[in-house]
Amino acid sequence: MSSLALAVRDSSTMLRRNLLHARRYPSLTLNLLLTPIILLLLFVYIFGNTMSAGIGGGGRSAYIAYIVPGLLLMTVGSTVVGTAVSVSNDMTEGIIARFRTMAIHRGSVLIGHVIGSVLQSIASVILVGAVAVAIGFRSTHATALDWLAAFGLMALAALALTWIAVGMGMVSPNAEAASNNALPLIVLPLISSAFVPVHAMPGWFQPIAQYQPFTPVIETLRGLLLGTDIGNNGWLAIAWCLALTALGYYWSKAAFNREPK
Amino acid sequence: MHSSVMPTPRQGDGHPSPAAVSTIDLRKSYGDKTVLDGIDLHIPAGSVFALLGPNGAGKTTVVKILSTLITADGGQAQVAGHDIAASPDGVRAAIGVTGQFSAVDGLITGEENMLLMADLHHLSKREGRRVAAELLERFDLVEAAKKPASTYSGGMKRRLDIAMTLVGSPRIIFLDEPTTGLDPRSRHNMWQIIRQLVTGGVTVFLTTQYLDEADELADRIAVLNNGKIAAQGTAEELKRLVPGGHVRLRFTDPAAYQSAALTLREATRDDEALALQLPSDGSQRELRSILDWLDSTHIEADELTVHTPDLDDVFFALTGGTDKPKETVR
Repeated sequence: MSSLALAVRDSSTMLRRNLLHARRYPSLTLNLLLTPIILLLLFVYIFGNTMSAGIGGGGRSAYIAYIVPGLLLMTVGSTVVGTAVSVSNDMTEGIIARFRTMAIHRGSVLIGHVIGSVLQSIASVILVGAVAVAIGFRSTHATALDWLAAFGLMALAALALTWIAVGMGMVSPNAEAASNNALPLIVLPLISSAFVPVHAMPGWFQPIAQYQPFTPVIETLRGLLLGTDIGNNGWLAIAWCLALTALGYYWSKAAFNREPK
Repeated sequence: MHSSVMPTPRQGDGHPSPAAVSTIDLRKSYGDKTVLDGIDLHIPAGSVFALLGPNGAGKTTVVKILSTLITADGGQAQVAGHDIAASPDGVRAAIGVTGQFSAVDGLITGEENMLLMADLHHLSKREGRRVAAELLERFDLVEAAKKPASTYSGGMKRRLDIAMTLVGSPRIIFLDEPTTGLDPRSRHNMWQIIRQLVTGGVTVFLTTQYLDEADELADRIAVLNNGKIAAQGTAEELKRLVPGGHVRLRFTDPAAYQSAALTLREATRDDEALALQLPSDGSQRELRSILDWLDSTHIEADELTVHTPDLDDVFFALTGGTDKPKETVR
């Protein structure tokens, strides 16, 4: 079997294993989904009227439109926290040692986790998106192509964040540490342009909100779904995603190839 | 007896059998701590080899290196004809490993674990199902097959572990302390399983801290202590390395016992059991001279047994067990 065929075959076996885990033990994924959904409801129904002042008025319905792109991305962030935890759990299991002593494609364990996690992220985004639509979110200006682009960007962001999460899971000695280490993936969207525009924040804080991966991705999504100006955010978003993917990939690979104790 | 004076019996007599595993001067250290300090092994194909040693002797490190889980710092090793450093995938394709800690996926069922292995060995769906069903049957796991492996008992987990190892029909199987933590029944089941493996022609590399286990299963035993092979050979060869062998004569008639005891003055008396013990190394020559002597003095024991020192004696002699930590031996 050629090495590519071997990689594809073993990775899909590992993917099946991860999806089986997710199906058997859905509670982890579902718990993590609660956060974005609760935030969505909270910000729309409780804070919505007040918060909308920050985006220049328009009341609750305008604010729904504003925060949905950020929350969709936050959904991805939450889902991959679960990935960090399950990778960390997995690495403490004896079965990983078994995989290492088998003549299989070495990266397949990680690739299985990554693809499984991206698929879960997409499913979660669809779920949270459905809730958003149910409470009144409408993408006013999006063409079919915009939708496709938005979906592609979400998938790319999911890939990037997943690889980072896999790296975090690899270097965490246990599930608690993994969950703590992955906290930035939850916090960064909170301090991005997800809830209020960057220019509405205190001056000293604006660079923090501006120069981080979530903001350009959120701004691009917003542009695609709602017709706001994207500017150079599109390229920035793609660059961030590719850079994070590469970083997470090499980090995870190095951690996986490190000699087990 | 001190370990430094113990000879390491040479392997073979000019007819080297094809080695399943051979190592030369294998070394490994973690920081300042030397775990393996030059290990030489030669394990003929189709045999059972036991690496015996106390906790922390480096047994698991040897298995980890030979199964390509970690790399050695120095020395050479060949497993199934492949150099472990140059061709780890060649080694991996030929071996199966069952570690000290169960290498099963606890989140999925026993059957799913088996099918996972079948997929990773690239068996066809049909073949995979057939092999999985066959092995589940053979290891008495049919009833538990649909339950998550995390709910299995220790013995069941270990059986599933070995069943998973066998999916790829490995030629060499590493069993790292396969019976540690098992109850006596499961332990004997495991012995049975290991014996069956050998009749199938595979080579078994076993580590254990239990002397009776090595004695029971292994063709050859190496005693590992402080990162060095203190001695190796068959169980019998090892036992001959330490004193303590004797011939025991038991009588049923007290009068016969008394008269024999008077004749055999150098014998150790056990008046309660009506038994006499004569020192002997258990060799044919010594045994014959004892028998001749008994005949000439017209002593007729009702029972004659030859006792060689057991591996406990050997183990403590070789591993310098001055404090005789009896409690570590079952």
